Amino acid sequence: MIKIVIFLLSFSFLLGQSDEMTVQDIIKAMDNNLNAKSRVITSKMVVHGRRSSRTIESRNWVVGINQAFTEYLSPPREAGTKMLKLDDKLWTYSPQTDRVIQISGHMLRQSVMGSDMSYNDMMEDRPLVELYEATLEGSIEIDGRDHWIMLLEAKVKGLSYPKRRAWIDKEYLLPMKEELYAKSGKLLKTSTMDGIKKVQGRWFPSRFIFKDALKRNSKGTEWVIEDIQFDVEIPEHIFLKAALRK
Amino acid sequence: MIKFLTKGILRDRSRSLFPVIVVTLTVAMIVLFQGFITGIMNSMFLDSAVVSTGHVKIMTKAYHEENQLLPNDLALLDAEKLVRELNQEHPDYFWTPRITFGGLLDVPDENGETQAQGPVYALGIDFLSPDSRQIEIWKLERRLVTGRLPENANEVLLGTKLAGRLGLSSGETVTLIGSTMYNAFTTYNFTVVGTFKLNLGPVDRHMMLVDISGARQALDMENAASEILGYTNSLYYEDQAAVALRTEYNINHNDSTDIFSPIMMALRDANQMGTMVDFSNAAMAIILVIFLVIVMIVLWNMGLMNGLRRYGEIGMRLAIGESKGQVYRSMIVESVIIGFIGTVIGTAMGLGITYYMQEVGLDYSAAMESLSSTDIIMSNVFYAQVTPDLYFIGFIPGVLATVLGTMMAGRAIYKREMAQLFKELET
Repeated sequence: MIKIVIFLLSFSFLLGQSDEMTVQDIIKAMDNNLNAKSRVITSKMVVHGRRSSRTIESRNWVVGINQAFTEYLSPPREAGTKMLKLDDKLWTYSPQTDRVIQISGHMLRQSVMGSDMSYNDMMEDRPLVELYEATLEGSIEIDGRDHWIMLLEAKVKGLSYPKRRAWIDKEYLLPMKEELYAKSGKLLKTSTMDGIKKVQGRWFPSRFIFKDALKRNSKGTEWVIEDIQFDVEIPEHIFLKAALRK
Repeated sequence: MIKFLTKGILRDRSRSLFPVIVVTLTVAMIVLFQGFITGIMNSMFLDSAVVSTGHVKIMTKAYHEENQLLPNDLALLDAEKLVRELNQEHPDYFWTPRITFGGLLDVPDENGETQAQGPVYALGIDFLSPDSRQIEIWKLERRLVTGRLPENANEVLLGTKLAGRLGLSSGETVTLIGSTMYNAFTTYNFTVVGTFKLNLGPVDRHMMLVDISGARQALDMENAASEILGYTNSLYYEDQAAVALRTEYNINHNDSTDIFSPIMMALRDANQMGTMVDFSNAAMAIILVIFLVIVMIVLWNMGLMNGLRRYGEIGMRLAIGESKGQVYRSMIVESVIIGFIGTVIGTAMGLGITYYMQEVGLDYSAAMESLSSTDIIMSNVFYAQVTPDLYFIGFIPGVLATVLGTMMAGRAIYKREMAQLFKELET
C-alpha cells in the first residue's frame, strides 16, 4: 500500500513538474544542480585516443564561476601541472619548465590534456540562464525516463557554442545529453552524463562523456567524478598566482 | 676527301664563319639552358627533400591523410627498429627519423613572465647520432649565421627571422608551448645556441631546428617519429627508382585494415613535386626541339644563300664531270665538319658559362622573399650545374641542324640542267 502511495505521489510530482515549470525554471534548476557556491572535486579524466587511452587524475577547487584551481596528480608527466582560472584569465604552470604561462587567444581552443574538452569549455562556467534563450521543443522518453528537449540559443556574444540542444531528465533536472553547435549550425561537440547520484541534496552525475565532433574517429573523453563536495570553505590563497609554483 | 674539304672550309671563311658562329652560339645556349634547368631542378629537389619530403618518406596511413595538420598522435611507433630495417633492406638509401611539429615559442623575462611570444614551425632532426648525415645535407655549417650547432637534446637553432622577431640570441632560454603525441598541452624549455638562414624563400620564417631526442622529450614521443625520410646515398634524385621503391614498399606493406600501417611516398608525390619532375624532363626536350628547328631554318636559309654564292663553283664542278650526288654529299660532309667545329666551340663556351653560373649563381632573394607560399621550396639563389650530359648534348642540334639545313638547301643542285651549265658559265 505504502509503495503504491509513493508511486502515485512520484507520478503526480512528475506530472506536476512538467505542467508547472516554465522553461526558465528548468534552466535555473539545471544551473542549481550543476553549480554551487564552491566545490572541491577529485576526478579522473579518461582520454580515449585513436591509439590508446590515458587516465589523468586531478583535484579542482572552484569558487562560484570566477575562481578555479586545478592540480594534476597523475600520470607522472602531468603530475604537478597546475591551472588557475581567475575571471576570464587562465594560467598554467608546468614543473618541468618552472614557467607560469597565460593561455589566451587561439590557445583557449586547444584541448585540455589531449581530451575532447577545450580550455574554453573550462572557462565557460556562467549559469546557462545568463547566456542562453531557451525554447522547449518537446518531450521524449529515453531508457524509460522522461526528458524535455530544449533548444538553447545564445543571447550574449562570443560563446564557443552559440547554439545547443539539451535532453533534460524531468526528475533529475540535468542535461543528460547535449549537442553543442557552432553559429552555422555545425555540430561541434556532444556530451552525455550518467551515474546520477544525490550529493548534498542535489542530483549530480558521476560521469560525463565528451566527444569532439570535429575530431575524426574520436572515441571521446570520460570525466569521472570520484569525489565531490559542495559549499565547502576554500582558502583564498589557493587562487593566487603564487600558488601555482608551490 | 675530308682533309680537302676541311682546308676549303678554313680557307674560304665566308663559307664557314657565319655557320660556325650560328652553331656555336646555339650550342652554347643549349648547354647553358640545360645546365641551368638541371641545376635549378636538382637544387629544388634536394632542398625539398632535405626540408620536407626526403627522396622517399614513410609515415602511417592515418598521418598521411591528415599530414597538413601535423597529427603526431598518428606518428610511427618503434621508429628506431623501422629505421634499422630500412637501412638493411634498402642500403642505397640512408634513412632518418623526423618529427615535425608546431606550437608557440614563449620568451620569458627575468621574472619568468611572458616577454614575447610567436608561432613556431619546428623540425626534430637526427643531428646527434654518430652516423647521421643531417648536418651535411642541411648544409648547416654554411647556413649558420650566429652561434654553433646543437650538441644536446635541449639545444635549438632558430631561423634568423624568428630569432629577430622574438629578440632572441644564443644562450637564451625559450619555452615551447605545444601538444604532446597524446594531444596534451605541454611546455618545454630549450636553449638557443645559434641562428641559421636557409635561403629557401619563406620556408624558414618560423623555423626551429632541434635534435630529435629533444623533440621526443618535449612531445612525449619516445621512440616515435612523424615520418622516416630516405635519401639516396649520392643525394641525386632518381625519379624512376624512387617511384619503383615506393610502389614495391606499399605493395609489401599494404594492410587496408590498419590505419597505422606504414605507407611510403616518393618526392614526386608531395607538394606538386611530380609536376616539377615531369616539367624538368619535358622542358629540356621542348627546348632541344625548338633550337633544332630554329637552327635548321637559319642554316637552310644560309645554305640557300651559299648556294647562290657558290652557284658558279657548283656549276663548274658539275660541268667537269662530278656527279650531282658527289657534289651533294661533299656539301653534307662540309656541313658535318662545320657543325662539329661549331659544336665543339659552342660546348666549350656553354660549359664555361655554366661552370661560372654553378659557382656564382643568380640571386633571386628579393623575388623569393615576396612569396607567401611554403609549399614549393626553392632556393633564393639559382645555380647551374655542370653534368656529364652537357659534354655531348650540343652535338645533336649542332651537327644535325647543320646537316638538315644543308640537305634542304642542297636540293637545288639536283635542279641544275646539265645542258645549261656551259651557257651559264659563259655569262
